[in-house]
Amino acid sequence: MPRKPWRRALALAVEALWPPAAALGLSFAVGTVIVAAIGENPLRVLPLIFAPGLGSADGFARVLFDATPLILTGLSVAYAFRAGLFNIGGEGQLYLGAFLAAWVALALPGLPRPVALPLAVLAAAAGGALWGAIPGWLKARFGVHEVINTIMMNFLAVGITGWLVERYLQEPGQMIPHTAEIPAAYQLQPFARGPAGAWLGLDRANPLGASLLVALAAAVVVALVFRRSVEGYRLRAVGLSPPAARYAGIAVGGVTVRAMAVSGALAGLVGVHEVLLYRHRFLDNFSSGLGFLGIAVALMGKNHPLGIVLAALLFGFLNTGALEIDIFTEVPRELVVVLQALIILLVVSFSELALWRRRRRRRREEAA
Amino acid sequence: MRVELEALSRSFPGVRAVQDVSLAYEPGRLYALVGENGAGKSTLMHLLYGMLPPDAGRILVDGRPVRLAGSQDAIRLGIGMVHQHFMLVDTLTVAENVVLGAEPGRWGRLDRGAARAAVRRDAERFGLAVDPDAPLESLSVGEAQRVEILKVLYRGASFLIFDEPTGVLTPQEARGLFAILRRLRDEGKTVVLISHKLDEVLSVAEIIDVMRRGRHVGRLAREEAGAERLARMMVGREVLLRVDKPPAAAGPPVLEARGLGVRRRPGQAELADVSFILRRGEILGVAGVEGNGQRELAALVTGLLRPEAGELRLDGRPLRGLTPRRARDLGIRHVPEDRQRTGLVLDMSLRENLILGEEGSPAAGQAGVILPGRVAALARRRVAEYDVRVADTRQSARALSGGNQQKLVLARELDGDPRLLVACHPTRGVDVGAIEYIHRTLLAKRTRGLAVLLFSSELSELLALSDRIGVLYRGRLTAVLDADVVDEETLGLYITGARGVADA
Repeated sequence: MPRKPWRRALALAVEALWPPAAALGLSFAVGTVIVAAIGENPLRVLPLIFAPGLGSADGFARVLFDATPLILTGLSVAYAFRAGLFNIGGEGQLYLGAFLAAWVALALPGLPRPVALPLAVLAAAAGGALWGAIPGWLKARFGVHEVINTIMMNFLAVGITGWLVERYLQEPGQMIPHTAEIPAAYQLQPFARGPAGAWLGLDRANPLGASLLVALAAAVVVALVFRRSVEGYRLRAVGLSPPAARYAGIAVGGVTVRAMAVSGALAGLVGVHEVLLYRHRFLDNFSSGLGFLGIAVALMGKNHPLGIVLAALLFGFLNTGALEIDIFTEVPRELVVVLQALIILLVVSFSELALWRRRRRRRREEAA
Repeated sequence: MRVELEALSRSFPGVRAVQDVSLAYEPGRLYALVGENGAGKSTLMHLLYGMLPPDAGRILVDGRPVRLAGSQDAIRLGIGMVHQHFMLVDTLTVAENVVLGAEPGRWGRLDRGAARAAVRRDAERFGLAVDPDAPLESLSVGEAQRVEILKVLYRGASFLIFDEPTGVLTPQEARGLFAILRRLRDEGKTVVLISHKLDEVLSVAEIIDVMRRGRHVGRLAREEAGAERLARMMVGREVLLRVDKPPAAAGPPVLEARGLGVRRRPGQAELADVSFILRRGEILGVAGVEGNGQRELAALVTGLLRPEAGELRLDGRPLRGLTPRRARDLGIRHVPEDRQRTGLVLDMSLRENLILGEEGSPAAGQAGVILPGRVAALARRRVAEYDVRVADTRQSARALSGGNQQKLVLARELDGDPRLLVACHPTRGVDVGAIEYIHRTLLAKRTRGLAVLLFSSELSELLALSDRIGVLYRGRLTAVLDADVVDEETLGLYITGARGVADA
């Protein structure tokens, strides 16, 4: 059946968007019940989640700051998924990225800024890429499942970076397990400290900085790779049908290793956000599951770069809103965690449902 | 048992699969239902077997309207179906398989004696020779099919539907099946044979119903039906059933195999000491019962598998360390046997599928970037040139009929005049019109100098297209025969090892 292109696009958009939209709606419905059960007015509490982010430029900047690492880890998951690989190792990859960025900075203190900064960004990507490529290679060479591999690599990453910090890079005289501050040439400063800060109406303490631009640029690059490049085509072919790709002469193993390396590099770029911008040092055990949250972000964003940016924003809102709820109401901030978990659970369920409906329709068409 | 279908209709989104079909089946007759893929024959039988509810119309059994909510209802009424793909458990015996799901016995105890007796009784009555105690895995495909039939009979079926039953059988086995069908009829059962192979329908059925695009377009007695007439009714236009093969004009050797061999492994058959020469402008057919090394030979030539002994030469140069990529670059193309799994990426669009394997070539783009304009133009040209019938090349390959999917693969593999084509079962599950087209295309390319290594389980296809036919039996090339002097019967003897082994 030939259909008008815009109708087809619309149908596709509806198909793609209804699971996350329905999940969001239903989670907030459940949230309403929970808040009411606690004895607060849901109509007062739930809007509070979005109030700080929408209330002021400063609030929105904080949302963007929280969203930045999630954009990167979300892209990381989506990139591997394009090749049919489930990279659960974002957490380990971002540790390696962050650590390598800090280590390069501390090891080469004398470099001028135009060399130092790109080098540190590259180091962050390389650390993640290495940590992604290893399970990729194991999968390509020996068929070891990447889920198992990447999970194990997570433990290794946290352990190894922690040990390296403690053994070689610990800041003297400090109880906290972290490195010394990186040299100024490597540091990114928040926008609020620059000339644009006052103009944008940001509070002096607002942490938003150039890592957001790195994340957005990464999203654009990933979108281009997906849509227009030979590599993107191969990723998709391998993801959808490894045997057909192999028969056509695509080196499935090579694509697998590259996909995992790039996926790892994207996660590793969280090091730019975490080390170069936010802390100016590597802190042992810093991530509170950013890599894992990336899976949820990718899921919610339907593995599409634009969707991922939007999903990361939503999670950013939830994060910033949690504080507000804690301060101004009787509802514990864990409500937000509950909401997050519900959204993820429902997105997965609804996506499965959508898939199942599509399959059933297809089967019927094939039976005809 | 008399079964009537009254004005049955069934639609799926975008397709009217069955439209207003009325048919009556009398007991003790042997019917056939023919039509191209997608003509609605399977849907019609699924309606009758209770697997789908009709949108309109009704089904009457012995004059009484019935409602079928599932295949259990159909079975209870005495309607049985022998599926194309067997639904049997390999590790159980024949008798256990037959009674599975309707076991005799009490309190959870299986009465093996009763099961065996029941199987013997039916087997004898209908001429279905199988040993009730044999484990299923020890049976040939033909025997396994008999077990399927016994299963249906055990459940009391008096109306039996056979869905493309000969697809997996050798000619000898198929003739055995036809004898069984006749015997079933003689015992008063109604038999309906679904098929798209005209010769077998004409040799066995008494009454032939033809479907085209969801409609019943006619019922013929065998005497008045002929292959040409049936084909015309199925397709709606004249069809050449046998394409003319111009005389061979074979040139210099393109592909040489010398003592090729691979060892037997799980999922891989053995191949030993296979030598042959394939010339320019020649089609070399390879016959054999599935699992006798055809798959391995095709994989060796296309770089999917490395030989453990012997060597391959292309244009006199040895092919060492061949990979699928390199094979493609050397002009070796491949129409794989399973177009849905290995020939196409079903969830990609037609366009994307048409550049699979060429995604990095200038035909699709440059400098690592795919240029949609070029891809669209290439797709439009190939789709037109190879008669793929689609409205929009952005459609997913999954949405195409089997014939169109196969033409899509051919369009990709044949375009650009390759040196050598390895074609595996190029018309498997494809309708008559598309078969004609594919055969003509292969012969036309042969005339232009293409060398083709053709694998097929259809002996008639091998005979129609090949210049010479090699026979693979247990991994050895036991004969290479001139296609002009052998017939199906003789080939059947070779592929089952009754001939050719001693002299090899």
